[in-house]
Amino acid sequence: MTALLTIIVLVFILVAIWQMVKIFDLAQARTENTQVATDKDNTINGYIMMGFLAFIYIITIVSIVKWGDLPLLSNAASEHGSTTDNLMITSLVIIFFVQTITQFLLHYFAFKYKGEKGKKALFFADNNKLEAVWTIIPVIVLAGLIIYGLNTWINIMGVDETEDPLVVELYAQQFNWKARYAGADNTLGKANVRLIDIDRANILGLDEADPNAQDDIITTELHLPVGRPVLFKMRSQDVLHSAYMPHFRAQMNCVPGMITQFGFTPTVTTAEMRQTQEIQDKVANINRIRVEKSEALVAKGEDALDRYEFDYLLLCNKICGKSHYNMQMKIVVESQEEYDSWIKEQKEFKNSLSN
Amino acid sequence: MSAHADTHAHDDHGHHHKETFVTKYIFSQDHKMIAKQYLITGTIMGVIGIIMSLMFRMQIAWPEEPNVIFEALLGKWAPEGVMDADIYLALVTIHGTIMVFFVLTAGLSGTFSNLLIPLQIGARDMASGFLNMVSYWLFFLSSVVMVLSLFVEAGPAAAGWTIYPPLSALPMAQGGSGMGMTLWLVSMAIFIASSLLGSLNYIVTVLNLRTKGMTMTRLPLTIWAFFITAVIGVISFPVLLSAALLLIMDRSFGTSFFLSDIFIQGEVLHYQGGSPVLFEHLFWFLGHPEVYIVILPAMGLVSEIMAANSRKPIFGYRAMIASILAIAFLSTIVWGHHMFISGMNPFLGSVFTFTTLLIAIPSAVKAFNWITTLWKGNLQMNPAMLFSIGFVSTFITGGLTGIILGDSALDINVHDTYFVVAHFHLVMGISALYGMFAGIYHWYPKMFGRMLNKNLGYIHFWITAICAYGVFFPMHFIGMAGLPRRYYTNSNFPLFDDLANVNVVITVFALIGGAVQIIYLYNFFISIFYGKKAEQNPWKSTTLEWTTPVEHIHGNWPGEIPHVHRWAYDYSKPGHDVDFVPQTVPLKDGEEELQH
Ligand code: HEM
Ligand SMILES: [Cu+2]
Ligand SMILES: [Cu+2]
Repeated sequence: MTALLTIIVLVFILVAIWQMVKIFDLAQARTENTQVATDKDNTINGYIMMGFLAFIYIITIVSIVKWGDLPLLSNAASEHGSTTDNLMITSLVIIFFVQTITQFLLHYFAFKYKGEKGKKALFFADNNKLEAVWTIIPVIVLAGLIIYGLNTWINIMGVDETEDPLVVELYAQQFNWKARYAGADNTLGKANVRLIDIDRANILGLDEADPNAQDDIITTELHLPVGRPVLFKMRSQDVLHSAYMPHFRAQMNCVPGMITQFGFTPTVTTAEMRQTQEIQDKVANINRIRVEKSEALVAKGEDALDRYEFDYLLLCNKICGKSHYNMQMKIVVESQEEYDSWIKEQKEFKNSLSN
Repeated sequence: MSAHADTHAHDDHGHHHKETFVTKYIFSQDHKMIAKQYLITGTIMGVIGIIMSLMFRMQIAWPEEPNVIFEALLGKWAPEGVMDADIYLALVTIHGTIMVFFVLTAGLSGTFSNLLIPLQIGARDMASGFLNMVSYWLFFLSSVVMVLSLFVEAGPAAAGWTIYPPLSALPMAQGGSGMGMTLWLVSMAIFIASSLLGSLNYIVTVLNLRTKGMTMTRLPLTIWAFFITAVIGVISFPVLLSAALLLIMDRSFGTSFFLSDIFIQGEVLHYQGGSPVLFEHLFWFLGHPEVYIVILPAMGLVSEIMAANSRKPIFGYRAMIASILAIAFLSTIVWGHHMFISGMNPFLGSVFTFTTLLIAIPSAVKAFNWITTLWKGNLQMNPAMLFSIGFVSTFITGGLTGIILGDSALDINVHDTYFVVAHFHLVMGISALYGMFAGIYHWYPKMFGRMLNKNLGYIHFWITAICAYGVFFPMHFIGMAGLPRRYYTNSNFPLFDDLANVNVVITVFALIGGAVQIIYLYNFFISIFYGKKAEQNPWKSTTLEWTTPVEHIHGNWPGEIPHVHRWAYDYSKPGHDVDFVPQTVPLKDGEEELQH
């Protein structure tokens, strides 16, 4: 089978090459044997340039219309998320504006000034004023963006300890996530991978002697109470991973040998998010796609796909090995009461050890 | 002084020893032959790299579906034609490595620096023909090692082209981090040695061997670009070499430069006190300048080709040089923008955001100057010119998104997604590839004494141009939707199901774009033998390389080396009958040399 296909492909390639030789010969004959662009070439390519400009605009518009609602530009589920989104939209508007104008000038000039025999170009080597203008304008625009951007960045990265954030450790390993809650004392117990004791089920390497560790709670789902600042402390036991929580506009690498951190305040519960129009449309669309796919699968005798329901996710976003593509953890944002009752059901560290 | 030495050199060439096949084609010390060797090797590596990318694109579009091509090319890595997850990462890794280093660094800069530096500054050859030969053969050797690494039992390196430890340091973390990674590191170490020898040669040649009258401010922008590229290379490549050496020590001798506190597959490793973040700093201290090592030569080529084909001087010659210098300087202090969320201090992030956005300014100046060069020109739409215009187009599209990525607050959310992939492919991958194609179409007559077929060139450009946007423009959107790069399949995330069709569109464009390169390869190789014989100066250019005879001779000029009397851009100068005045033509009485 493969052999047959390979032969077919080879035959196709041979035919293609033979065809190209013909094109080549014909092309040679038609151009009066000059390989330098003629006036006709200039004209044709000038027009194609305008066509190509249209193509760039069209692909931009099509992308925005068809896929513009996919981007995470709205629907941020964290407090700082909307400031990020505003900055993103501002930047995008500036970019599209510059893109539209410069691409127009480039392609239009290529069309407008296409060469003709006997025409002489303008000897225009320099103009300090012009150059000053297009140095200063980017300087001003970028200065604005830098100030705006740095303000946002400092806001996001600054941790305000006075707000009493909920402290949660995100623990990465090939290829899954664990969360460790600090418990009633809101202080994470000391930990190091050297203390891992699989036999005793001390899987995150907590210091069993540390009093702060006793009430720590290790879970495989991340639950967050809405409206309360969370401070994540990231750890990895093996290679680099990255804790990516796109809906919250949050991401931080997990680095073996060191603790990194990132804080945000979730503002929309999972249940509320599922009710928003955007998410409902998105979920409906995805389920339509999944139903189609399922039909094909069932026809092949395989299982149909599950219905999709929206959930916040934590994804790994740093290449970490074979199953990097499937390293995820569900995030649930819920009311304080729901959170309290969930956390009560989880085992504290001191009770989770086996002897 | 150089003119004096040259006459002697010329005398020597009269009774030159007979060249054998080996000294002429294999161990040649002639810069023109070495340039061709670089180009051919780079082309072969490019074909390998492109085929790899088409394979992993097919996997993303049609995940986990059997594919006869996988079965045929990947063998045991595609049991029953279904691509294995490990080999997916290996393909991505080797594709990136090959494209960035072997094609767009060695293939591009190696080819054109070698070809053009002596020819355009008026030198008989490189300062050291021998070192130049060694440089090429080291590059060849590193290519061979890299290709051999594909056949290692446990698979080639698969930690991404950035080979961040600990993943790249621990064979138990990933199959490719065993012998495959060792060969990767060996190959890169040889590559760096090659690159350093080449760069030193370029620098010395430009500084010392310019012909009489060729002052630095009369140099074509190509030479400026090659020169500064070589300087950046000499500054930054050694840092990558040290990173590679330290990584080799961590891997083989148990040191802990980059590793600490690791528990993997049930055991604690002894490493203590090292930091992966240190490796990231070292890597990107080269890595960011590297992207300019890739793009500056392309910018130089494009500036030259645009001026010649617009029949106009390049606009703002001095500003072009100034912006090359500014970019070169800034490029060494922005590396942290790849590490905003690596865990480094957020204050550092602020500093790198600042420097990164600064670099957009000289980039913008260059783009505006190219556009103005076209204004009121008499544009000759040769394939080289089309690729140059295409270069400016993709450079703008890709560069603009740098403004988002450079903004640390925004990078949090798009870092390591397809948005980054779209950004750097447009601004670096496609742009530099266009620059390279432009250079090949333009200087092919100089390299092979024959012309490429123009119409095939047009077909090649237009289909490539459409496919390039077709592939990389939609990619921004799936990136903004949060799709991480380097995922073998997205089917474990129903969240991303609505992106599957975009991925199919992208792959179809990629397959067409890849197939079109066959036309180019055909044109390239057939024209070496059957192309129309070239004239001495087919594009009516002003620069010195077109004053050499079409047939290559050792030493470049049969007689004395010409002297230079003016800058490289006297196109359509008022007061002259023809629309170009070669650099060798003395100024007329009362004619002013306009160079700024
Ligand atoms: C306009 C100026 C530019 C800015 C502000 C800029 C900014 C950035 C930033 C911040 C990143 C890191 C994104 C991330 O990993 O999250 C990045 C990635 C990258 N940029 Fe640019 N860039 C610019 C121009 C260029 C140019 C001219 C090139 C190449 C010629 C280039 C090549 C790359 C490459 C190769 C990467 C990705 C490396 C990787 O992660 O594999 N950029 N750029
Ligand atoms: Cu991962
Ligand atoms: Cu960079």
